[in-house]
Amino acid sequence: MSKRKLKETSSANGECISQVQRILRERFCHHCTTGKLFGIDQQYKHLLELLKRTTLHGESNSALIIGPRGSGKTTLLNHVLKELMEIKQIRENLLKVHLNGLLQTNDKVALKEITRQLHLENVVGDKVFGSFAENLVFLLEALRKGDRTSSCPVLFVLDEFDLFVHHKNQTLLYNLFDISQSAQTPVTVIGLTCRQDVLELLEKRVKSRFSHRQIYLMNSFDFKQYIKIFKEQLSLPAEFPDEAFAQKWNNNIQVFKVLNTFSRKTFKALRAYKLMLALRNVTVHHPLVAVADLLEASKQRSVDSQANIVHGLSVLETCLIIAMKHLNDVYEGEPFNFQMVYNEFQKFIQRKAHCMYNFEKPVVMKAFEHLLQLELVKPVERPTVRAQKEYLLMKLLLDNNQIMDALQAYPNCPTDVKQWATSSLSWL
Amino acid sequence: MNTRQQSKRIYAWFGRPTSSDRKLRTLQYKQQGFFAKILLTNCAQQKHAIVQWFSHITEVPQNKRKLLKREIPRQEVFFDQVSGYDTDIAVETIIKSVTVIPLHPGETLPIVLNTEQTFYVKQSWDGKCFKPLSPDTFSKLKEANKKRGDSPKFLPKSPLYPLDVICALEEETERVVQSVTKNKDVEMEIESKHSASKSSVSKERHSRRIANGMKTPTARKKLQLNSPTKSPQSKLSGQDVLELLDDCGAASEPSATKRKVKFTGILGSPPKMSCRNDEPKSKFGSAECEQSLSDTIRLSPYIKARDSSKEEKNLHMKEDSICLIGHQKVGSVSPVLTPRSHRKCALRTSARIAEQISLLNILEAEKEEDFLPSSDASYSSSEEEENEVLYTPKRNSKSRRLFSTPKSSRKSSVHTPAKTPKKTPLPTTPKTPRNATPEIPKRSHVAQKPANILEEARLRLHVSAVPESLPCREEEFQDIYNFVESKLIDGTGGCMYISGVPGTGKTATVHEVIRCLQQAAENDELPSFQFIEINGMKLTDPHQAYVQILEFLTGQKVTATHAATLLSKLFCTPGPKRKTTVLMVDELDLLWTRKQNVMYNLFDWPTQKHSKLIILAIANTMDLPERIMMNRVASRLGLTRMSFQPYTYKQLQQIISSRLSNMKAFEEDAIQLVSRKVAALSGDARRCLDICRRATEICEFASQKNTSRVVRMAHITEAIDEMFSSPYINAIRSASLHEQVFLKAILAEFRRAGVEEATLQQVYHQHVALCRIEGMQSPTVSEIMAVCSRLGACRLLLVESSNKYLHMRVRLNISQDDVMYALKDE
Repeated sequence: MSKRKLKETSSANGECISQVQRILRERFCHHCTTGKLFGIDQQYKHLLELLKRTTLHGESNSALIIGPRGSGKTTLLNHVLKELMEIKQIRENLLKVHLNGLLQTNDKVALKEITRQLHLENVVGDKVFGSFAENLVFLLEALRKGDRTSSCPVLFVLDEFDLFVHHKNQTLLYNLFDISQSAQTPVTVIGLTCRQDVLELLEKRVKSRFSHRQIYLMNSFDFKQYIKIFKEQLSLPAEFPDEAFAQKWNNNIQVFKVLNTFSRKTFKALRAYKLMLALRNVTVHHPLVAVADLLEASKQRSVDSQANIVHGLSVLETCLIIAMKHLNDVYEGEPFNFQMVYNEFQKFIQRKAHCMYNFEKPVVMKAFEHLLQLELVKPVERPTVRAQKEYLLMKLLLDNNQIMDALQAYPNCPTDVKQWATSSLSWL
Repeated sequence: MNTRQQSKRIYAWFGRPTSSDRKLRTLQYKQQGFFAKILLTNCAQQKHAIVQWFSHITEVPQNKRKLLKREIPRQEVFFDQVSGYDTDIAVETIIKSVTVIPLHPGETLPIVLNTEQTFYVKQSWDGKCFKPLSPDTFSKLKEANKKRGDSPKFLPKSPLYPLDVICALEEETERVVQSVTKNKDVEMEIESKHSASKSSVSKERHSRRIANGMKTPTARKKLQLNSPTKSPQSKLSGQDVLELLDDCGAASEPSATKRKVKFTGILGSPPKMSCRNDEPKSKFGSAECEQSLSDTIRLSPYIKARDSSKEEKNLHMKEDSICLIGHQKVGSVSPVLTPRSHRKCALRTSARIAEQISLLNILEAEKEEDFLPSSDASYSSSEEEENEVLYTPKRNSKSRRLFSTPKSSRKSSVHTPAKTPKKTPLPTTPKTPRNATPEIPKRSHVAQKPANILEEARLRLHVSAVPESLPCREEEFQDIYNFVESKLIDGTGGCMYISGVPGTGKTATVHEVIRCLQQAAENDELPSFQFIEINGMKLTDPHQAYVQILEFLTGQKVTATHAATLLSKLFCTPGPKRKTTVLMVDELDLLWTRKQNVMYNLFDWPTQKHSKLIILAIANTMDLPERIMMNRVASRLGLTRMSFQPYTYKQLQQIISSRLSNMKAFEEDAIQLVSRKVAALSGDARRCLDICRRATEICEFASQKNTSRVVRMAHITEAIDEMFSSPYINAIRSASLHEQVFLKAILAEFRRAGVEEATLQQVYHQHVALCRIEGMQSPTVSEIMAVCSRLGACRLLLVESSNKYLHMRVRLNISQDDVMYALKDE
């Protein structure tokens, strides 16, 4: 295990801790481009060269960056752009247009946004934006007028590229790609998407105009690489003010990483997010991260939300859920209605009247509706006005395993109820 | 003032029997006139004459003068055989008579004392070359001379005239006369410019003449306004007109003067002149007055034209200056009232303008099309005195759209006073967005030139790099070319349907055809035509096609429905001077609407008798007419079809090689490999070029140290793999542990149930079981949900919306075999 709780003056520690927290938070939460990219050198170079050629040679291009969520697509692009912007020639020439499929939900909005970001709207005069058709003609004309050597290159970044595909006729994509394939203003269209099948969504004409450059981000790291990333992410930078503390912190990280094998099972899921939870525990009295903290955090992260809800239910509601579980077992997952659940519950009460109070039907109904609201049960079809509430068909949204686990953890659960849960037949 | 210029022009008039042939010569004080021989006049009724024109050396384009190979004395004129000039002129425009003596080519000019009155003709000029006079004409001319005797005749009368007469009162009559004639010439030119957009036949002829590149202004044309048929006015004797004008002047006098003054002022006239407004025009009571006024206005520039010859050095002045002409003309109106000094400066400025005009004409000779804009400019300037200051050269030279507004006023043709002021402000208002010229800002650093052979190759391989000729599409090119050419020559319309998969060069070929045709038209081998291009993908709505076509044709911006009616009116009514229109409709299938009225109209117009519309429709599917078109639409489209086959590998190879044109950037085998791959896949030339481009990058990347920079097969293979390899296998292999287990669980569940669909709950049970087998800690349902949604986002799985939770149904988006293959290797 690691060293922990080194006794130091808490005031000096406090300052360091808050600084550490600030640094790490910035690193994990903001899309800052200070960190290093890991393991995607090739993609990085490819993209960098591509954009350089656009800006320096005026060559039109199009490319897609494809990778699962959290694989660093945007980070990659930001890094590349940051490096490009350090070249003066590029900084002064490049025009950038950022579009997001979640914001620009149709071509009309997207066109306006492009016009705005290109600062072309003032050219239109006092009539800021005309109709959709006018805008399109306007923009196309603007882009057509340029030529390779004299116009500023324009970089179009389409975030959530797959959503643009659903626009009517894919007009925007067609036109962007068409410009990139004709002797007009040099443009580069970069699409970011997590869908692997995005090319199949493109219409054949659009597809033909797309250059088929795809940059895949796969994150196929093995465990050692993950450990390395992990260490790098957690280590404090060299310019940290309190050197002694920084060294101690870093040493600690080194040590406990080697020991730590906890995250083997899910190490590939998401890189850094679970660390946030662990870091919450770093306080004045507990200045260094320990393995236990990480385990705790990992547990918190993987906790089953539905089962958590079950913990807070009343005994009656728990009984109803158990009744539903038995119904599911008997009828093999067929939907049930309230009446069936009530009958099942009644059977249990009659057998074990001594330990359970026999609730009135309306009370049980109320408990049932509460479960409905918590979405532990769900109607099969939308409730209609005519159908009586008691006979609406329902489905339970909990698995047997979840119910059993939840009951294990349920505080003060009556033994009879627990027994009933394990077997509906034990009382026969 | 009189020392302006030395030029000679002969006005010859045709008279009807009453007056015999005469030659008028208007050379005085170094000013220029136009010469013509009067063949016929009819003084009694209509006072117009038919003339045979003579041209002076100054009217011959500079570049043709060399043909003479000799010095031309200023007293020599040429028998003009250029067609296209109007030989019917108003008698009023005749200034005076001069003697023209025909000489044999060998003869030298006799020395005559009366140099101002005598001219000699040795050769004829037909616009292209000089020829000796035919004996026939020679004798005729001789005869005419005899008949005529030697009394020069002045025939000053015309609406134009009055102004000049007034001037004349102040100056020597001769000069005045000359100026008048000049004015006329100028006017004619202007008129012709106007007419370019008008539909009247005669006008069109004028414009055509101009387009033909005659250097001389339209001097020889008949004056529109003077022609007897046009308006009652023209019948008035010069004196009458003068009086009339005077009246007008009296009424609107102050304003008129003001106006003129202002313009001259712009050109540097004395500042004391007051500004003029547009309103004065509206004051004119009678349309006639207005007309005459406008006529005179037009004339004045000509005066200047005379003078201008002297100042020809100012060649550097651009078309923009033309704008000013209009003002000047207006200025000339004022002479009625203003003292001489005004006139002087007006003259001066006008001279400059005239020079411009001549310059312009030269330009026109070279470029027919360029003329239109300029004519526009002059036109608009004459009409919009107020706003002209706002004119930028750009606009004048470029925007044909200007046409739209002035047009209406032009149509009324007589320039009613009320209309002009109202209309004129329109084009210049900054508000109208159509004037806006959107542009991407220029880059502040120049683009780098390709530094090595690979970069050069990459540049040439870019799809946008248009090659000089399209290899492998010669047959298609010829077919389309022949089709359009034949229709052009016949002056009829027609449709052609072109189909082919993407990237087979349909649009490029059509563009190539059009380019060749345009070249041919420029060389006068074909009738000229206009080319319009619309693209279904670049329209927001099929009906927008109307709007775009109309905007191309006339520059008007209207709504779709209105545009449709205007277009059908345009194409269905006879317009004899209409040029043929070639319309290319790209991505035709996107013009489909439920009623198909857009397609119907497009294909219906060419069948109209007068439409002269040729449509080249392009789409991807060969059987589009049968599949999506109604019978009536398909029938109108006709059976002229052509389909572009996908490129074969040999063709692709040829395309790449021709683009590379002997550059040693690619190995032969590499080119063949990529061609074969693409030909087997799609035959899409774009793809082929993209792969090559990517291969050069890979090559460059790989061979940074060693300098053997030739793209080899390995590079091509890598590029192809990169572009076409399925991403799924890789995605699965790089997925996280639980994601892989989840996929395995899905496979197991599918196998168990025998159905290729499962609920999450079922998969979950399998997953837990698998985890137990492999000794892993089994995940909770929430984690499984997260895994599932991640896979769903990558589209490895197809999942329902997650609100169904455990009952959400899950399917694989790829084949089970692929999943097994991907998972097995691990």
